[in-house]
Amino acid sequence: MSNVILLSLAVMSLALCLVFVRLYRGPSLPDRVVALELFSSILVGVIGVIAIATDVPSLLDVAIVMALMAFMATIGFARFLERGGPRDD
Amino acid sequence: MTEFLKGGLILAGSIFMLVAALGVLRLPDLLTRMHATTKAATLGATLIMLAVALHFAQVAVVARAFGVILFIMMTAPVAAHVIGRAGYFVGSRLWSGTLKDELKPNYDPLTHQLKSHRETEANAARPQCDSDDAS
Repeated sequence: MSNVILLSLAVMSLALCLVFVRLYRGPSLPDRVVALELFSSILVGVIGVIAIATDVPSLLDVAIVMALMAFMATIGFARFLERGGPRDD
Repeated sequence: MTEFLKGGLILAGSIFMLVAALGVLRLPDLLTRMHATTKAATLGATLIMLAVALHFAQVAVVARAFGVILFIMMTAPVAAHVIGRAGYFVGSRLWSGTLKDELKPNYDPLTHQLKSHRETEANAARPQCDSDDAS
């Protein structure tokens, strides 16, 4: 079991490195926002695997907060990109 | 048995996340990159959270794991839609091999207005017809 956990952590670290390359190279801001969102959802997976490895179920709360923050950051960046968007009130 | 199932779920989830990262690195433009990240990363996180629920087998932990799954499955499409819309309006360039952009002939980037297909075609064919009807 610990070998499986180590292997999956290695695979997800590789995935984080690849996403970081896109985050560095991304030609425009929306590309970087997409890369950040993927970064945080890979981090949710890493937190889940670490919760299994250490037998600490409280780490799931960290995963919930991580997913929530990623969603809020994406919505905020999108509103920023559209400069508030069209409003008619 | 449960051990094998757990290990398989963890491995499958991490491999889906690697596929999502490869897609975001290799695909050519914003919308195709989003197509890779949204689906593959959601499935990867879902599989790993299922493994967590199998590992701890307590009601509180399983409820929280399913809460994470439900939250990710509800927010990932919304976030992808919002950032794709913002990216299109900002003017990120599509891939050169794009076959169909149905928004392009109908959307005016200067006035931020979207017209229906019939409306723009009629405008292009008979530009003074609408004013005759209005007067």
